[in-house]
Amino acid sequence: MPARAATVLTGTRIRERRLAMARRQADIARAVGISPAYLNLIEHNRRPVGADLIARLAEVLEVPPDELAEGREEVRIAALREAAAHPVAVGTVPELDQITEFLARFPGWSGLLIAHARRGAGLERQLVDLSDRMTRDPYLLTTLHEVLSAVTSVRSTAAILVEEGEISAEWRQRFHANLHQDSQRLSLTAQALVAYLDSFEAEGQATTPQEEVEAWLAEPGVADPDPGDLTSDAARAMAADLLAGLLDDRDALSDRALTEAIPAAGTPPDPVRLAARLGQPLDLVIRRLADLRPEGFQGAGLLVCDGSGVLTLRRAAQGFALPRPGDSCALWPLYHALAVPQVALARIVVTPDGRAFRTLSFAQRRQPLGLDGPLLTEALMLILPFDGPPPDDALPIGPACRICPRADCPARREPSILVPQGGQAQRSL
Amino acid sequence: MQPDILMIEDEPNIAEAVRFILSREGWSVDLHPDGAGGIEAILAARPRLVILDLMLPNRSGTEILQDLRAADDADLAATPVLMLTARGQTGDDGARADAVLAKPFDNQELRATVRRMLA
Repeated sequence: MPARAATVLTGTRIRERRLAMARRQADIARAVGISPAYLNLIEHNRRPVGADLIARLAEVLEVPPDELAEGREEVRIAALREAAAHPVAVGTVPELDQITEFLARFPGWSGLLIAHARRGAGLERQLVDLSDRMTRDPYLLTTLHEVLSAVTSVRSTAAILVEEGEISAEWRQRFHANLHQDSQRLSLTAQALVAYLDSFEAEGQATTPQEEVEAWLAEPGVADPDPGDLTSDAARAMAADLLAGLLDDRDALSDRALTEAIPAAGTPPDPVRLAARLGQPLDLVIRRLADLRPEGFQGAGLLVCDGSGVLTLRRAAQGFALPRPGDSCALWPLYHALAVPQVALARIVVTPDGRAFRTLSFAQRRQPLGLDGPLLTEALMLILPFDGPPPDDALPIGPACRICPRADCPARREPSILVPQGGQAQRSL
Repeated sequence: MQPDILMIEDEPNIAEAVRFILSREGWSVDLHPDGAGGIEAILAARPRLVILDLMLPNRSGTEILQDLRAADDADLAATPVLMLTARGQTGDDGARADAVLAKPFDNQELRATVRRMLA
């Protein structure tokens, strides 16, 4: 199971090593498959580095991975601090000011504590994943219901054709068509289900078609990945729809027009001014910014929801951990925007792990079926990594209640499975 | 005209197959394709038997059954209900279906159950 490497000062060591080799940031970034801007953030310790990326960086920088991620005292100190901050440490007050002494006097015990904390973190991730899938996952429940419905229809229809004796040609044709339709539906659903169940063994692997599409969208350095790379028909169909929408947006607002307008939109660039300058709708500009990720919008992510709050598009921003499909946090400004359509809302948010993001949320209403048709609302939230510590007025948000440690959240709708009941959460160091 | 049976089922192919099977037995069968408006459809049709899918969009079979059992009209409230379910249960403590068939069901079993309930 790949464990997330400690982040503190890892970036500094990466930078030191790169400079010692007289290598350019862009060259190293290209070699490991990330953008130079992202490597820059890593080198300044503003982004965490996963174990896989550490391994690739170590290879390119010609050092053992441990040289970058492990074996340094400060990394072990950071790991001990993380262990002390875990919500499970209810009622205990670790002597944080004596960490260095503890590490020096008891290196064996320190190592054991760090190993236990990391193992615990890994098990928590597995617990969340399995709990999601086995008990609450709407995808699994819906898919199983779909399979059962198709099987029921096939069984009854086939039995009619075999057992019912004389049937008119019209009815016979109809039942054959139904069988054909249901068999196609069954094969699609079974395919998706098998891919989903297969993924149970592999941590961090795409599971539902939506997650598969999200992972496909997040491929680094690929502008237009091929939907044919996806494993399930459902994911391919979703990706094709998504690509069609992206292409429509690109026709309506070209890369060139967008990038040329950015310098006149302020620092950091203001998407609302940008939309006004371009004479284009704000929602289009937001979608294009998340698609192109031009200067000033590197690492951008995008969430889109419908009027019921269901997320219809999830494109992760760098460092912004998305919950599983079907889950979300009621405090995301995206949902605030639903209540005030046509108003752009800018908020800086902070996640439970202390990362800050700039967000811009905007909702709009439309009546695709005319005056007598339903009023549909859609909201978008552009998410951008925020450099530096979160400001005091940053809005605390989470991923989803069940995996969020904020015990005193006014929007909490269910207990977190990561925090002992009645315990203290979010201890700060 | 009052149908013998009203079936509330969102899967059109299942509904079509069931209607075909039961119509061949001489019963008239009306269909309603959604949980929304389900209780209104029952109140309007006043069927002798309701076949109700448990997992319906917008309003579940359980909720419709509760609505029916709470109807002011005692005769209507007592309408026999056959619940089609994937879970082998009626899904609620307060209102019970008169019979339950688990999906996927056997056509003969369906026919026999309905015959018994309409006898």
